Amino acid sequence: MVAQLAYVRRELAAPMPPPLAARGVFGWMRYRLFGSLLNSVLTVVSLALFVVVAWPTIRFLLIDAVWDGASRADCLPETVGRPVGACWPFIARKFAQFMYGFYPSDQIWRVNLTYFLGAALLAQLVIPRVPYKATNAILFFGVFPVVAYFLLVGGVLGLEHVETRRWGGMLVTLVISFTGIIVSLPLGILLALGRRSAMPVIRLLSIIFIEFWRGVPLITVLFFATYMLPLFLPGSWKLDGLLRVLIGVVLFAAAYMAEVVRGGLQAIPRGQYEGAMALGLGYWRMMGLVILPQALKHVIPGIVNSFIALFKDTTLVLIVAIFDLLGQLRAAFADPNWATPTTLFTGFAFAGMIYFAFSFAMSRYALYTERRLSTGR
Amino acid sequence: MRRQSAEAGASRPHRVAFYNNPTVRGAAYQLALLVALLWFGYEFALNAKANLEAQRITSGFGFLGNTAGFGVNQSLIPYSETDTYGRVFLVGLLNTLLVSGLGIALATILGFLIGIARLSPNWLLARLAGGYVELIRNLPLLFQILFWYLAVLGTLPNPRQAVSLFGGVFLTNRGIILPAPVAGEGSIYVFAALMLAIIATCALARWARRRLERTGRQFPTFRAGAALIIGLPLMALIATSFPIGIERPELRGFNFVGGMRLVPEFVALLVALVTYTAAFIAEVVRAGILAVPRGQTEAAQALGFRRGKTLRLIVVPQALRVIVPPLTNQYLNLTKNSSLAVAIGYPDLFAVFAGTALNQTGQAIEIIVITMAVYLSISLLTSLAMNWYNARVRLSER
Repeated sequence: MVAQLAYVRRELAAPMPPPLAARGVFGWMRYRLFGSLLNSVLTVVSLALFVVVAWPTIRFLLIDAVWDGASRADCLPETVGRPVGACWPFIARKFAQFMYGFYPSDQIWRVNLTYFLGAALLAQLVIPRVPYKATNAILFFGVFPVVAYFLLVGGVLGLEHVETRRWGGMLVTLVISFTGIIVSLPLGILLALGRRSAMPVIRLLSIIFIEFWRGVPLITVLFFATYMLPLFLPGSWKLDGLLRVLIGVVLFAAAYMAEVVRGGLQAIPRGQYEGAMALGLGYWRMMGLVILPQALKHVIPGIVNSFIALFKDTTLVLIVAIFDLLGQLRAAFADPNWATPTTLFTGFAFAGMIYFAFSFAMSRYALYTERRLSTGR
Repeated sequence: MRRQSAEAGASRPHRVAFYNNPTVRGAAYQLALLVALLWFGYEFALNAKANLEAQRITSGFGFLGNTAGFGVNQSLIPYSETDTYGRVFLVGLLNTLLVSGLGIALATILGFLIGIARLSPNWLLARLAGGYVELIRNLPLLFQILFWYLAVLGTLPNPRQAVSLFGGVFLTNRGIILPAPVAGEGSIYVFAALMLAIIATCALARWARRRLERTGRQFPTFRAGAALIIGLPLMALIATSFPIGIERPELRGFNFVGGMRLVPEFVALLVALVTYTAAFIAEVVRAGILAVPRGQTEAAQALGFRRGKTLRLIVVPQALRVIVPPLTNQYLNLTKNSSLAVAIGYPDLFAVFAGTALNQTGQAIEIIVITMAVYLSISLLTSLAMNWYNARVRLSER
């Protein structure tokens, strides 16, 4: 017999809410900020550090900033009558120089049109939902560079010829990054394939090429391209200064790209190669149709990361007297008409925001692609 | 039907045209590549010869013995304008090694601190470290070098209105003035004691490790070593009645006298390299620590290890295996990036040799080849050393 129980609970008791100190804002603060003595000290120190850095920055950029004016006098504390932060009129006055260098001002529409075409094509390429990826890729990587070249350089269809010496600022930064990216990618793929080739001479040459460029700083490569390369070419060839730098950047970037692609190639199981060979595909078709599509997909984040590195590295061209954004910034600092105590910080803040925006956007895109591609596996 | 079966019947290896034979093709491709390369090399050499003759530049390394005739604002060895290009090379190389060595040490410390802070349970601290890493990693290094040099150090006041820190450190637009240690008579004994203490500590650690492996008994190596390294030189100091003093910089007229002056170029380069590389090292460290499975920590706790010992004996050794290879890369990057000194005029190898010396002599080929060779050898040596370490910490599996 079952003993008569006075009371049997038929349903589960509802869980009691956690104590007030462990939930909500208080619980979060207790565990994430003031869990222990050390934790509390760290919180206070971090908060102090944050305030010490953030508040003056906000004051400098927004509250104390001067928003309009015509010359340095408008940005001096003596004229304004209060502590002065960023001198934004300086940026406004120099904006064209930062964006286009000394590109003729009546021809700037050509640069803007190139920017617009590039941005429009790129947007369609990076948004996964937009169809016609292959067509877009051909347009962006194949057609756009040619169009951009003739638009920017001119000399055809009645467009005025603009020497690259007059290019500068953001234009040069973007031209170098873009050329570096679209040329170094195929070159890097070839080098990576060469490094994994069965032919000993090709493998050895690829290894030497890759390790050599990866072992030296980019600035020596730029010096090599600027000062040494012309000596090796026939004296009648006059290489454009920008072109020389582009050659250096491409060689350097290709070596890094090759290592990224090699990582992807190594991740492909042997069965894929054997399957492709069993289907009777030759080397190039096996690579182009079976191996590379998988390998490149694996390493998209790595490729984007080398693009970020390349984008940041374009600043080095200012050392060989090509005036990219940072070079133009430095040139603008020398202008006595805008010499104020805050000009330097204003200029760096402006250029920093541009560099940060580009690199940050690329790194977020790499993260996003990584997450999107990893869902299938 | 009949033809098919006839073909199938003839299943002995049917003849392939020789140009379709993979071995022959491979050999032909490689030969063609080699011939093309040799031809390019030959053309390059011819052109270089003609161009050099046209510019009246004598090739060869004889220029290294010529007088350089330019000054250098920081040198670890005695140097004057009458010294040779060979000596300039040495001065530059030492400066590169100085800034890289110091940079690597400081960036490692800062990078580990920030990497650990990013994993802190403290929300605010983790966010702050994350913000630092994102900000620094997404700005070009040259931008940061110029920022420190032009905007931060360039706008410091002149020596007469110097910003003073801790009473002995002065920040001026001519550099950072620090108190300098001055070694008097008898200080050699103190250094000898320090060296002795370091050697003794190494020997002690070895012995303690052997004993631990043999008997399982532990020895407080860290405390004993600390006592040795602090105690012995201190005793030597007392015995020789304090020969090592500190010289405080003093303002005389328009500049500081005494103490140690770090030129602004050096400070800007070092600060930029350290903060930049530390952000990358922080990510490496974070990835390494996250790569150690949580079960390892939990198992250590279950075995009764305290938090400190869990970290030191369980987590860190395993994390190091993941950390070391990318960390090597960061060290190499820092060394290579130190060549950006040329942008602000810190006399490193690249600035004095590939910069000034190249401009003066026009010996582009020799100078660029030497410079590249130096960086290549530094890269190779560092990766060799790190590979050796890597092999030591590698997990020895069955």
